[in-house]
Amino acid sequence: MRRYFGRKLFTYTLTFFIAATIDWLIPRFMPGDPVAGLMAKTGGLSPEGAAELAKYYNNLFGLDRPMLDQFIGFWSSLLQGDLGRSVFVHGRPVTEAIMGAVPYTLALLVPAILLSWWAGNSFGALAARRKWLDNTVLPVGYILTATPYMWLGLMLAFILGFSLRIFPMSGGYGFNLEPALTWRFFTDLVAHWMMPFLSLFMVMFGGWAIGMRNMIIYELESDYSRYLEALGAPQGLVRKYAFRNAMLPQITGLALQLGVIVAGSLVTEIVFSYPGIGMLLFNAIKSEDYFLLQGIFLFIIIGTLLANFMVDLVYVLVDPRTRIGMRGGTA
Amino acid sequence: MTSVTNAESRTEQALGSPTGGATDVPAKKASGEFLYFALRSKKFLVAMGILFVLMVIAVFGPVVDSTDPLGQAGMAMQPPTADPGNWFGTTYLGEDVFAQFANGLRATFFVGLLGGGLAALIGMAVGFIAGYLGGWVDEILNMVTNIFLVIPTLAVLLVIASYLPSEWRGVPFEAIFIGLTSWPWAARAIRAQTFSLRSRDFVDLAKLSGRRGWKIIVTEIAPNMSSYLFLTFILLFGGAILIGASLDFIGLGPHEGITLGLMMFYATTGAALNLGIWWWFIPPGIGIMATVGALYVMNVGLDEIFNPKLRDI
Repeated sequence: MRRYFGRKLFTYTLTFFIAATIDWLIPRFMPGDPVAGLMAKTGGLSPEGAAELAKYYNNLFGLDRPMLDQFIGFWSSLLQGDLGRSVFVHGRPVTEAIMGAVPYTLALLVPAILLSWWAGNSFGALAARRKWLDNTVLPVGYILTATPYMWLGLMLAFILGFSLRIFPMSGGYGFNLEPALTWRFFTDLVAHWMMPFLSLFMVMFGGWAIGMRNMIIYELESDYSRYLEALGAPQGLVRKYAFRNAMLPQITGLALQLGVIVAGSLVTEIVFSYPGIGMLLFNAIKSEDYFLLQGIFLFIIIGTLLANFMVDLVYVLVDPRTRIGMRGGTA
Repeated sequence: MTSVTNAESRTEQALGSPTGGATDVPAKKASGEFLYFALRSKKFLVAMGILFVLMVIAVFGPVVDSTDPLGQAGMAMQPPTADPGNWFGTTYLGEDVFAQFANGLRATFFVGLLGGGLAALIGMAVGFIAGYLGGWVDEILNMVTNIFLVIPTLAVLLVIASYLPSEWRGVPFEAIFIGLTSWPWAARAIRAQTFSLRSRDFVDLAKLSGRRGWKIIVTEIAPNMSSYLFLTFILLFGGAILIGASLDFIGLGPHEGITLGLMMFYATTGAALNLGIWWWFIPPGIGIMATVGALYVMNVGLDEIFNPKLRDI
């Protein structure tokens, strides 16, 4: 057990180190001076004033120190939760800008991932070996999973938002409202959340349903299922065993899919101007705000690694073979 | 289904759980059998039909209708008409939507082929080497694969792209970038397959006969999972198209030319949604959905053709 987690921890730490180092390179390796770009945004300065401001910015971002110093500084401030300052949100700390956006993204992603995973797996398992359901779930699943996230978002926005005017088309909440703990604000929040959630949910649902259906069919054809059937075990029992075995690849799939899902939420947020991480990233790219970019990427890296680690943990719980492997036996 | 038993032993080793040794099935017989089941698979035929139509549009569309996809081609914001001039309508800037669609489809296929192909090659190389050699080579390649899985590819793209002169940032760059970053899961899958094949008798025999490692991989292991490799390529093909569309949509797409993703990007930035110009953003989405969906369905169809266990469902 300890060896297993030790190795996992080592891999994750190394991966994080390398990924974060690449991330750190972004503002430094960009051609042109990030400070020059910043200066261009504040026009009307005298030459002395400009020089003074450049010095101030260089100092603020720590760009006037030697590279190694900057690298160490990056890690020490990172461990203290400091990601520098953003240009796009007017010099506010990057951490603050990200923390403002995180709740929206999480509120979108977590229910979408969990619900689509649950619903997709249930439908997929039902569809396997049930002809009429299979004939509907399968084509719908393939169409959904082949749909680009942003296009489904655009279509929903066009049909439900533009034509039928059921849900508001953009933003996290109405422009006429201030964030507050009122019923009115809450319903408005939910109304704005509905369409981005639906578009994410639908695309993911297709993928899970198909994956589960195919896995169940494979499992029902395998020797242990045949053996159980030959013994005269009831259909329900055979299916139960098949379902449990088919779940394992789906859990791995969840880990592998996380990166894609994050990318999916990025484009969905852009479609609906939803004020989450994706929208922040979009704005950071548009305004060439490299420090904000760096912070967002770091956040995404940490999120992906944490989620992967959680999947590893769950795997130990659900798959006894991993536990045997940890004790040094062979599965 | 008279030849099922024969096909079973052959395809079993090719896909899923390879069990038997290598049997030399004459190529002619194998392809004849493939055709026999392919022509009876509704999924395969429908998918091939859709892909064929799309391919014709992508290849001949821009030739027949040589309208510049990014030039003024008529009145702005014209809905689709029967008039052959701008029969898909025009954009906010008066560009011809059909010209954008046909050229974009061409670029999208290119991204899929080159990006998916490159990813398949890298995934195969890494998967074969890691699975065949095992040991510390496997450990290292496994770690590299893991790093590529979580690396922020967008960040890498931003850094690389900023160094490239703008004229290099066309569709080929996007395709190559996608190819270089989307191989990890394929490598994992192929590694697992190779791993289960490498201890078979026929591989041992090849080793005893003194053949070199790469030759054993190419002549013994790869042919025994050829259908699996082909299915992997199809999935990577579709994946590359979807990734490309996302990159375009975030604003990191090609700086010149048009792709289906860029069409959606321009449509969104051009407020097509609020102006109700639905004919601008519906075609590119349908193009991508049809292409990728057809690829996925073809994947299942082929799976059923190769694997008799799945045939009678």
